[in-house]
Amino acid sequence: MSTAIEIRSAVKRYGTTTALHSISLEIADNEFFTLLGPSGCGKTTLLRCIAGFEDLNEGEIRLFGRDIARLDPNHRPVNTVFQQYALFPHMTVLENVAFGLKMKGMGLADRTARAGKMLEMVHLSAFANRMPAQLSGGQQQRVALARALAPEPKVLLLDEPLSALDLKLRQAMRVELKTLQEQSGITFVFVTHDQEEALTMSDRIAVMSQGRVQQVGSARDIYEAPVNRFVADFIGETNLLEVTVDTVSGAVAKVTLPGGQKITCPAAQGVMPGKHHLSIRPERISLAAEGELEAVVERIVYLGTDLQILTHLTTGEAFHVRMQNLARIALPAPGDRVALQIEEGAARLLAD
Amino acid sequence: MKGVRHYPGFLAMAVACLAILYVPLIVVMVYSFNDSTSITTWGGFSWRWYADVFTGPEAPRFKAAAWNSITIAVLAASAATTIAVAASLAMIRGGRFRGKSATFALINLPLMVPEIVTAVATLIFFSTIALTTGYMTILIAHVVFCIPFAYLPIAARLQGIEDSYEQAARDLYATQWQAFRLVLLPLMLPGVVSGFLLAFIISLDDFIITNFVKGAGMETLPTAIFGSVKQGIKPNIMAISTMMLAVSILFVTLSYYVNRIGQRTRS
Amino acid sequence: MAGMAPESGTGGGGKAGLGYRKLIGPLLVPTWVMIGIFLVLPVMLMAVYSFLTKEFRGGVVWDFTLAAYDQFFLNRGLFGDEPPVIEWTYITIFWRSIWQAAVATLICLAVGFPTAWFIATRPPKSRAIWLFLITVPYWVNLLIRTVSLKFLIRDNGPLNESLMAIGLISDPLPLVNTNLAVQLGLFYSYLPFMVLPIYAAVERYNFALSEAAADLYASRWVTLREIVLPVVKPGIIAGCILVFVPSLGAFLAPDLLGGAKTFMIGSLIDEQFRGSQGNWPFGAAAAMILMTLVLIVLMVYARAQNKAEAR
Repeated sequence: MSTAIEIRSAVKRYGTTTALHSISLEIADNEFFTLLGPSGCGKTTLLRCIAGFEDLNEGEIRLFGRDIARLDPNHRPVNTVFQQYALFPHMTVLENVAFGLKMKGMGLADRTARAGKMLEMVHLSAFANRMPAQLSGGQQQRVALARALAPEPKVLLLDEPLSALDLKLRQAMRVELKTLQEQSGITFVFVTHDQEEALTMSDRIAVMSQGRVQQVGSARDIYEAPVNRFVADFIGETNLLEVTVDTVSGAVAKVTLPGGQKITCPAAQGVMPGKHHLSIRPERISLAAEGELEAVVERIVYLGTDLQILTHLTTGEAFHVRMQNLARIALPAPGDRVALQIEEGAARLLAD
Repeated sequence: MKGVRHYPGFLAMAVACLAILYVPLIVVMVYSFNDSTSITTWGGFSWRWYADVFTGPEAPRFKAAAWNSITIAVLAASAATTIAVAASLAMIRGGRFRGKSATFALINLPLMVPEIVTAVATLIFFSTIALTTGYMTILIAHVVFCIPFAYLPIAARLQGIEDSYEQAARDLYATQWQAFRLVLLPLMLPGVVSGFLLAFIISLDDFIITNFVKGAGMETLPTAIFGSVKQGIKPNIMAISTMMLAVSILFVTLSYYVNRIGQRTRS
Repeated sequence: MAGMAPESGTGGGGKAGLGYRKLIGPLLVPTWVMIGIFLVLPVMLMAVYSFLTKEFRGGVVWDFTLAAYDQFFLNRGLFGDEPPVIEWTYITIFWRSIWQAAVATLICLAVGFPTAWFIATRPPKSRAIWLFLITVPYWVNLLIRTVSLKFLIRDNGPLNESLMAIGLISDPLPLVNTNLAVQLGLFYSYLPFMVLPIYAAVERYNFALSEAAADLYASRWVTLREIVLPVVKPGIIAGCILVFVPSLGAFLAPDLLGGAKTFMIGSLIDEQFRGSQGNWPFGAAAAMILMTLVLIVLMVYARAQNKAEAR
């Protein structure tokens, strides 16, 4: 598989603050790639650097081998779906979709035909002559998509395109976007702060924080094998325990838990013996007759499909367990002493 | 119990305020239709003073003054608007740069310096460089003090237009010039029209500065009216005043509606 | 002007791709040229003129002297050989101008504040209409407005006629050529300048503050004094500046509505540039003093504003 975008040691500074600390990434052709992170992590900055709205201070951005980092946006064969869509308010829907084609020099008849086809694709043919303000949020979103896809970009950049939609629409659009990406065969680079969005749509995800890429991998990789505390904590829920690592051999480590129990668990790269953090997902633990950890139940939270059991370990750390709400289980009462059993391989040793 | 927004007597004050502002204008408007040659007694409704403005003994003088006023206002407002559009692009879209606050102060300077001081300074300047005072000197002076009036609505409008529209245009292969002409300028247009109209009225209305730099024999409508009024208020002056009043109100109303339309297209 | 280059690396976030940063210079040149050459340079030249020697029939001789300022502040007798004492003629004119402008400002405030408050508390639709009605007169030619006022209040004008007709007065009130007429004229000229900034401040005012005060047993007027006025003060000060500054240098109102006794700075300056009676260096000096006064007011205002923002 060829590489669509290659970013090499990209640095972006605003005055004294650094938004991107030497970012390097490779995005494969035909991939749905997501930049995920909290606000201010640099994901949007990186996207805007690829689009050409910001200039890098250092580094390269290669698009199919060609360095585009110093080109103006209109000379980059990538198109953007903006967060608030940025549909030109003084042009009709059709004129909006045809704009890129017009700028590329396509004749009126050709571009009208192509824009019409794009509108057909997003099921908005009936709205061609409306003004953007007359459309609903979801419709505007689809026009923005059609407009960005019309000039057949090599890469489509999407800057939190679903954030302005309500929940139902957002969920429907996720499926639609993914289908569109698979059908068109265009590389999508998608920016979001919503982990659920990222996990459901992406082939690969880059988790970003404080201007750095923390981890790149499939949804499964970053959920099941987070490399550090940030990723473990940001993606889903987890329990973080400070533990002592006794020995490391390859990707497996022997650690001593707070209660003194010793277990063997998978470890992130670069873990050395000493103090480290262990991530244990709350749904990978069960209440049992005996287990690796001892805890006292504080409160049971009813969540419908699930139950959340808030406890604290006998050594003091807060710890929570999540279990399916099944009729047959006997629940402990607050104040009860329980043993927690960690599922085989569910505890993950982090690099920090 | 009335809410905390209510204060007794404030309505009366607001009404009084409007009365103070409008009564003198309305009185003059009414008396401009007075058939009597005396300005004190009412002699019935008549258009005679309007006819007098266009055909009476002073008609040539007023016509020339009106022509000067209107052409100067059009030229000065056009120039000031063009300059203001360019300046607003640099100030609003140029990010931070050295000298920005100095430039901002410069743009607003004509509003800060008392008009009579500007008038004196400009006259001294033209006389020192031995530029004969007349049409050209009035025009230059008008362009200068029209710039801030054109700038304010244009810059306000531009500030309200997000970068993303131009970015979208650039992203869709428009050059900078195309992005400006096809996307930004149409979006700025309400501000530009508004700025032009305000500059036009300000130029049309100016008396003090014009009076200093006009030179002998050159008149605009305000200086012509001032000259006549010095010998007493005559009915034909009231007719001219009423017509100028109508023009001002027309322009402000236009500007108001352009802004309203602009606000609607923005949301 | 070479110093206007963009500061590299700082701010300007999000604008890089739009390309206006590299055009800053060319885009601003027309502004710099027009205002720089035709306003800044003339004001500097005017400062120089105030130190030149007067020539008969207008104009100047390029000999530097303090004569203009000397004439403004000192009296050396009819032949200029007596020991100097303070010359009160011009100082009085300036003092009168400040006084007239201050009174006009206070009247504007007294009428403008309730009006602005009233407008800001209307529902949006009628608020827009009120605002429009308040702004329209500002765009009407000041000369025409002043002439209209003179027409209205002159001895045998409609105001006196109607007051006499209903028997309130038996003789016309002598309004024209009085201080009151000038104050009225200034008030009438600049009233919208007072209303608009106060309106803007009241519109931003959080009325929950008034409700909180009422809840804590403050009466309507105590609330106004203790809560509302301090909070909307920036708007009030801005309005006062906007009325006071142009009133100080006003020419039309004192010239058309006033007489010899109400002579103000504007007329004094204007007179120095009229025909052979003129004295250009003296006029330039008076204009310099006026501008200095205005600058002091604006600087005090800017400093107060900065202090308020810092808080």
